[in-house]
This record gives sequence, structure tokens and C-alpha cells, in this order.
Amino acid sequence: MEELVLEARGITKRYPGTTALDDVDFDVFKGAVNVLVGENGAGKSTLTKILAGVEEATTGRILRQGKPIRYSSPFEARNHGVGIVFQELNLVPNLSIAENMFMAREIMRNRFMIDHERQESEAAEALRRLQLDLPPSTLVSSLGIGQQQIVELAKALHGDVDILIMDEPTSALSEQEVKVLFEIIVDLKARGTAIVYISHRFEEILEIGDYITVLRDGRLISKARIRDIDIHWIVREMTGEEEKPPVPRRKSLGGALLEVNHLRLPNFSGGYKVNDVSFKLRKGEILGIYGLMGAGRTELLECLVGAQPDATGQIVLEGREIASSRVDQRIIDGFSLIPEDRKQQGIVQTFTIAENMTLASLSRYTGRFSISSAGEGRAVDDMIRELAIKIGSKTHSIFSLSGGNQQKVVVGKNLLTNPRVLLMDEPTRGIDVGAKKDMFDIVRKLTDEGLGIIMVSSELKEMLTIPDRVLVLNKGRLTGEFDRSELSQATLLLASGSK
Amino acid sequence: MARFFALRESGILLGLIGLCLILALARPAFANSYNISIVVRQTSFVGMVALGQTLVLLTGGIDLSVGFIGGLAGILTSLAMTGLSMPPAAAVAAGLGAGAFFGVLNGLMISRVKVNPFITTLASGEIFAGSILVITGGYPVLNLPASFQFLGQGTLAGVPMPAVFFAVCGLLLAYALGNTAFGRNIYAIGGNRAAARLAGIRVERATTVVYLLSGFLAAFGGILFTSRMSSGQPTTGANWVMPCITAAIIGGTSLSGGEGSVLGTVLGALFMGVLANGIVHMDISPYWERIIIGLVVVLAVVIDVLRSRKRSRS
Repeated sequence: MEELVLEARGITKRYPGTTALDDVDFDVFKGAVNVLVGENGAGKSTLTKILAGVEEATTGRILRQGKPIRYSSPFEARNHGVGIVFQELNLVPNLSIAENMFMAREIMRNRFMIDHERQESEAAEALRRLQLDLPPSTLVSSLGIGQQQIVELAKALHGDVDILIMDEPTSALSEQEVKVLFEIIVDLKARGTAIVYISHRFEEILEIGDYITVLRDGRLISKARIRDIDIHWIVREMTGEEEKPPVPRRKSLGGALLEVNHLRLPNFSGGYKVNDVSFKLRKGEILGIYGLMGAGRTELLECLVGAQPDATGQIVLEGREIASSRVDQRIIDGFSLIPEDRKQQGIVQTFTIAENMTLASLSRYTGRFSISSAGEGRAVDDMIRELAIKIGSKTHSIFSLSGGNQQKVVVGKNLLTNPRVLLMDEPTRGIDVGAKKDMFDIVRKLTDEGLGIIMVSSELKEMLTIPDRVLVLNKGRLTGEFDRSELSQATLLLASGSK
Repeated sequence: MARFFALRESGILLGLIGLCLILALARPAFANSYNISIVVRQTSFVGMVALGQTLVLLTGGIDLSVGFIGGLAGILTSLAMTGLSMPPAAAVAAGLGAGAFFGVLNGLMISRVKVNPFITTLASGEIFAGSILVITGGYPVLNLPASFQFLGQGTLAGVPMPAVFFAVCGLLLAYALGNTAFGRNIYAIGGNRAAARLAGIRVERATTVVYLLSGFLAAFGGILFTSRMSSGQPTTGANWVMPCITAAIIGGTSLSGGEGSVLGTVLGALFMGVLANGIVHMDISPYWERIIIGLVVVLAVVIDVLRSRKRSRS
């Protein structure tokens, strides 16, 4: 049982400007589930990618059964018996299960012809082992997410793979599907396969894991046997000392601003992305929304701003029930969303700084026919001053700015619509420390003016220090509500990961 | 000077001037006023269509049905005058209305049903082309009233009427794109559809309006050409798609949307007109025309790719 099949020794990975991994050791035991945990940015995915051959370590060695090996692509990693199932599914929906399993390593009849019969019989065998009772000629597009995950497993395991890396395999699965997956994992263990298991869900880890390795800030923090530890140990090791929020933000909040009742967003493959969520927001309040990936945080904000036409539920803003359903109407009602992905949804790449900033409020500067360039210019100048955006000229391309200043332009665009409720989805993603501080100074100032803010962030530190109150979502449901005084890293992590 | 070269239109403007100079030097007949008025008139028909195509390309779409919309509108206008004995003004209005209606059908299919613009307009273009043949049986519609022929054949202060309409439509469109919220929204939709939607722009509605305008302008081009020919020809517009897209592209309109201008398209259309005219003047076999135009387009899109690559690096 104690046999080491893969050892990573002294792995360091440097990217320009940052060290993602600093002298990390990692052991993979045969026939066991080797769990890897850490916060966002702790280095889990970098280590995973190095083990899977997606990235190469800057320094450090990988030993296979005690012998040093080198590989620099997932293909070569497979030849050493290391397979990976990524968090995102990587299947081609318009091909069959068998065709997906053998993609890029098809079984050939001769130089030109694929041997479909052999592929399908081998695929059928693999599917039987994984208890997926489907013909291998089934199109992947007709499978549920859980079934697709099993096809990914079959694909990763095919051949002589005896080390399987699974990066958050359960994040998209239902409870029933997780059960099936765990049965498969137990079966794989029994056959001697070593599993590297990355997850944020502590109860799962305790249920299925054998060994645990904790990373924090790119460094190895601790290793243990799962049977010797509990959830509190994991949280403590992941986050360091349990710290209370610094200066408590205790200012008087205003009256009721927003009330959301029974908000639901159906998922087209069944179930709900946002499931019966109700909450209230007061004037001048910052409400944090915390949850794991896929918990429905972004969708919740999109429902409020009208970008999810299928959403149902009641929204009451300043005592008035919102009847509108389109984004343009919701903006007039007083909602405004700063999206998660600045490049994809926040900025128009072909526009100047000024054009980006006024995009959502053009009607304010438009007379009978045309946009008043004087009025538009004034609004832009005011906002640039107010948000202290560092620019050369407002007619320069938006790309002339740093990420932080681009984000401020997006904030300016939203503020120019005169929102009552500002929705911020990961407002500090991809911006530097100084710009983060600026961002939160702006947020605090806005709340002084009576604006309500709903903020999504995956950064625990931000969740502990910025909001007055935090709601925790788990698989679309509200699973916790904490006042600032009750907040700790452990409470947030537990509420977001428990069933 | 550096600012001039930073403009998208500078390349096509220099190209146009250069081409005109070479032709004027090599063949003095090119530069006489009669020939220039021919070039300008010929350019205006497809130029009108290219204006609408530019709007569509700016939103990141494409309209392959414009030529047949133009042809069908020309036939319908002709038949309204000959078959229904409508006065020319009413017949022209009906033809323009029909073009706008066809455009709306394209727009609804693309924005509401979410069918890809290429497929939608490829298919609807076939329907319009077939309709022309069904309605006319392949024969031209003759005996159009003399007053109608003024539109395509007359002049205003020495300027051919089609060029007058082309200029008026171009100016109106350039103003709308540069100075109205509608114009800004079109650029935003082509630049980043998701960001435009979250900014509260009604993307579906704007898209439909853009295809409406494309259909309207295509019909305008078709009706002017019908007037020019003094008859409703079933072949009108059959080969307009390629030159109108070409005019927009060599004028600096990006095929991925969000970038381009009316001025660029007008210059691009003139360049194409001068090129076709020059081929005749230089006694080059007209069989070469399409090869030369094809090469110009390849050159233009390569320049576009290089330009956007440079931008994404910076």
C-alpha cells in the first residue's frame, strides 16, 4: 500500500514576475487517492500541469518508481503512465464516445483507415469497467455531464495509465453522479491505480482521500494521512492562522434598497443554476457573494441585471417591484453590472477610452439626433478625475491602459448610468495590488453616497475585509449568511463546500 | 502627417490617387470630364449597395443577398409602373419599401432566430434571385416612363443623378455613424457583442435595423440601375455581391466587425470603378478584370490582418 509510484522533488516554477511554485515536494502513492488542496493561487493547478506534462518545471525532478524521468507534453506523460482529466471537459460533442476516446491515437487498420470495430470493442470494454452502460457509438452530445466525465476518465485511463490526475472532477456533477464517480475511484484504487485528486470540497476529500498535501502561496505546507485529520485541520493549513478581519466596518447603513425573493434560473440540462435565492440589501451596504466555481454567483448577478431572460422571481428596488426583463430597462431601473471577464464582456477593444466609458449612457448626451461631443467629453473628464484614472488622452485606445486602469474605465462606464445597485463580478481580477486598493477605496466612497453594492469575489481575503455581510452560494442555493463580525475563512469555506 | 497615416482611409486614398495619376499619364482620355462622369455614375450603383454592406460588416455580419434584393426591387418598381400604372414616384417608394422589407426578413432571421448571417443571406439571396425569374419569366420589363429614366440618366449641375444620390446617402450615413447613438451602437456590437449587450444596447433590434438599411440601399442601387438601363433587367444585381464587399474591405472595413467607415467604402468603390474603367482604357482584356480585382482584395485583407495583429500586440 505504501509504494510510491511518482515523486515530485523540489519543483519550482517561475513565471515572469511571479514564482508559482517554490521548492515543492509531492508524493503519489500506488492504489491511493492523493489529495492536493490549497486556495486559489496556491499553486495546485501549476503543479498539476507539471505532473501532466502541460508545463515544464523551471527546476526540480520527477521520479517514476524511483527513476528520474522527463517529459514535456501530455502525450509523453501518457507514455510514462500519467493521465489527466481536466476540470473543463475536453470532448468533441459531435463525435462518438469511441472516437473521442481514441482521438489523436486512433487504432489503424493500415496507414489510412481507422479500425472502428476494434476502437469500439475496446471502448465498450473500458466503459463496462467504468459502469457506463452505453454503446460506444453514442454521440457525446447526447450524454449528460456526469456521463461525459466518465468518458473523459475512460479516455484518460486508456492504455497503460496507472496514475490519474483529476482536477476538481465533481465541480459540475450532481450528488448522484458524484456517488457513481466515487465507486469508480474505489474500483480503480483496488486495481492499483494511483489517483491525484484536486478538490475544494472538504467532505468529499475526507470521504474519498487517503493522503493529503496542502499548498499555500506556492509552498508545501503540510502532508498527512487523511485518517489522522479533520476539516478544521485542512482549513487551518490552507489559510494559515485564523485571522479576524482588521478594522471592523461598522457604519450606519441606510434603509432598505433591494429585496430579492425566490430568484431562480433554470439550467437547460435540468435543475437550477440559481435555486430559490432570497436576500435583502440596504443603502450603503456592501454585500459579498462567496462560493466555489459553478455555485451560481455570476448567474445571480446576471439575473439581476436582466442578462438572463429565463430567470424568475421577485425583485423589489426601493419599494417598487421591477417588471422589466431586458438589460437596457434594468439599467434605467438602477442596476449595473461590472462583468467578470473584462476583455470578453467589459470593454469594446476597438473603442477609445472615452467611447468605452460612455457606451452604457449614450442617451444622456444625445439630443434630438446626435451625441453632443461636449456633453460626452465633460462626463468622461469628470469620471476620469473622480476615479483617478491614469491616461494619456481619452481618445487613445482602451488598450493603451494597464489592466487596473481599464477596469476603472469599466467602473466609470457603470457609474455613468447612475446605478442604485452596482453589481461587481470579481472586480479585482487581473489587476495589480495598487489598483485593487484603489478599487476598494472607490467602492467605499460609493457606499457613502448610498449606493448598494453586491460583490462577487473568489479571494477569501477580500471577502473577509470588504463586505458588510456575505452570502454563500453552493450549487445555486444560499447555504450561509454571515455578518461581518461572524466572518472567518473557515466559516466561508465550510459553507461553500458542504453538501 | 503621422496623423494622416494613422487614419484607416489613408491607404485607399493614396491608392486611388496613385491609380488615377498612372491612368491619366498613360491614357490622357481617362482624365476627360466625360470619362470621369462615366466612372462616377458606374460606381454609384454598386457604391450604394456597398454603403449598406458596410453597415452590416461593421456589426460583424455579412449580407450576400444585396445584389438580388437590388435586382428584385428594380423589377418590382418596373412592374409597378408598367403593370399597375403607378406613377414613378410611388413605384420607386414601393420598390424601396420592398427592399427594406426583404432586409428586415434577413435581420429577424439573424437576430431573433439566430441563424448565421452567411447562411441566412445566401439562402434568401437565392429566393430573391428565383423570384426575379419567376416574376419576369426571364424577360426584361420594357417601356418604362421617360420621367423615371431621369433618376439614372439625368444630371444635376453636371453631376450624374446616381452620383448625387450616392453622395447624399453616403453623407447621411457617415453622419449617423459618427454622431448618433445608433452609429456608436453599431460599432460597439461589432467590436464586442457581449459588452454591448451588458451596456444595455438592444443588439437584436439594432441588427435588424442594419439589415433593413442594407436592403433599402440595395434596392436604391437596383432601382437607379433599372432607370439607367431604361428597363427592368432580370440580371440586374446578379454580380454585385463581390464588388460591394470588396469596396468595403479595401476601404478599410474589417471583416470581423467594429472597424470601418463610410468614407473608406466610398473611396473603395471609386477605386474599383476606376480600376474597371482603367482596364478598358489600357486595352487589357476584360477577362483579366476579375483576376486583378481578386488580387486587390487579397492585398487589402492581408493589410487588414497585419494591422489588427499589430494592434493586438500593442
